[in-house]
Amino acid sequence: MRSLSYIRAKTVSEATEAFVAAGEGARYIAGGTTLYDLMKLGVERPAHLIDIASLAGSDRIETSGDVLFFGAGARMADVAEDGVVRRDYPVLAESLSKAASQQLRNMASVGGNLLQRTRCPYFRNGAIGAYPCNKREPGSGCAAIGGLDRGQAVLGVSDACTAASPGDWPVALTAMDATVEIQGPAGPRSVPIAEFYRLPGDTPHLEFAIEAGEIVTGISVPKTEAGRNSTYLKVRDRESYAFALASAAVALAMDGDHVRHAHIALGGVATRPWRAREAEELLTGRSIEPDIALAAGKAAFAEARPGAHNAFKIELGARTLADAIMTAGRKMQ
Amino acid sequence: MSDTHDRQPLEVTRRQVLEAGTIVSVSGLLPVAAQAQAPSPQPAPENGATVQVSFHVNGQPSALEIDARASLLDMLRERLGMVGAKKGCDHGQCGACTVHIDGRRVASCLTLAAKVDGRDVTTIEGIGRADALHPMQQAFIDHDALQCGYCTPGQIMAAIACVKEGHASTPEEIREYMSGNICRCGAYVGIVAAIEQAAPLIERS
Repeated sequence: MRSLSYIRAKTVSEATEAFVAAGEGARYIAGGTTLYDLMKLGVERPAHLIDIASLAGSDRIETSGDVLFFGAGARMADVAEDGVVRRDYPVLAESLSKAASQQLRNMASVGGNLLQRTRCPYFRNGAIGAYPCNKREPGSGCAAIGGLDRGQAVLGVSDACTAASPGDWPVALTAMDATVEIQGPAGPRSVPIAEFYRLPGDTPHLEFAIEAGEIVTGISVPKTEAGRNSTYLKVRDRESYAFALASAAVALAMDGDHVRHAHIALGGVATRPWRAREAEELLTGRSIEPDIALAAGKAAFAEARPGAHNAFKIELGARTLADAIMTAGRKMQ
Repeated sequence: MSDTHDRQPLEVTRRQVLEAGTIVSVSGLLPVAAQAQAPSPQPAPENGATVQVSFHVNGQPSALEIDARASLLDMLRERLGMVGAKKGCDHGQCGACTVHIDGRRVASCLTLAAKVDGRDVTTIEGIGRADALHPMQQAFIDHDALQCGYCTPGQIMAAIACVKEGHASTPEEIREYMSGNICRCGAYVGIVAAIEQAAPLIERS
């Protein structure tokens, strides 16, 4: 790890000014659970750290207005425990409480979690550098394609990168049509979460629609009755504290027994939090039955492109989604 | 716990190289008890840019200049001689380094030391005494909740927080909220039993 400077900012403007002043190699650090980890692995090599974990008011959680608002600095553990979120938006609370460990949820912020980077073992092989990675070193190649690719994505992959998007919270937010609030040296802006994550394409090193010097300041989630009939199902190699092999965020808006609109997103199987529009359309107007749920699950993976060792994710992902749809449907009764 | 006081000054050969690659002087590695009697602790050299941090550890004020890259875990172990928190994976995956900051459990290996400026840190050294163990420590003994003991300081710090958070009401909940602490010896049955025993004796926060 190379030597670096560290300062703690108290306000957003103080942070963005410090970023501009610091010049090349400046990075913001919040909880640090991703950035510091990747610094130890030699993947991230910042020269200046600007600590934004204690920006004034950045940890507020507001659930009484027209939207749910989560300050970017709110800790994952605190949002997971919020009473309104747990009762009215279980998909959000569950996506957080099933992520990481309580130690890390006490550290990690819900804004920083949006920027978590892939767990692809070739990407994380930074310090040794024995393997190429287009995401870590653009143009160097991809060792995962044709390599040990059990954990890689099957949706949204390109010839340059198959790295799976690692998050749970971003998947739930994608299903719920969240908006990411951003502030930078040029001022504030809002980005729909569907536009926040890029497909790898030929440029897998460009992951997020956020510019250098910008800070995620908050997350807004439109309120919807579908929130009550929602769930986040995460299937892992072990029961707790592991990244998803496949996960599904499902929220159902119902007319009586029939689905008026389904919100569905998938994790663990795609290169970004994956909105499953085909599955949503298939469910619209239908009642919740096991065969329909499974058909929706299979529809979500119609375009899947597996590698050598991860074809199991197609069946696993389809059944994970089907189970999540049935769980969300049962909350109607 | 006791290894802070029982250990001889540490061998330079074994511990001189920090994860960050910095060299620490022997004087910076003295046990806390010995350090308290010394006229003034010698500043340890740091190779990189440094930051000044002032914080409380186990109720005692502490102030030192630390490499901006250093983790809280390395600062505790290598600079303050508090070797209760253990370095297992150094990547937040095993829980052996668990300490409390302002009463909340965190992975000290993934916490920049610079971040604890102005905060209260509690380590395994600060929760009980040899003649008055913390109820969680006693419960771990009562239930043989360890074998090699390497993960135990982290397990106990996580367990105390687990109870205070209100996440210890059933064995299933304990297992879920203790999943950030790995025990290679597999003492999980004893650990869950110990937490069930100690839970009623510890106040919820």
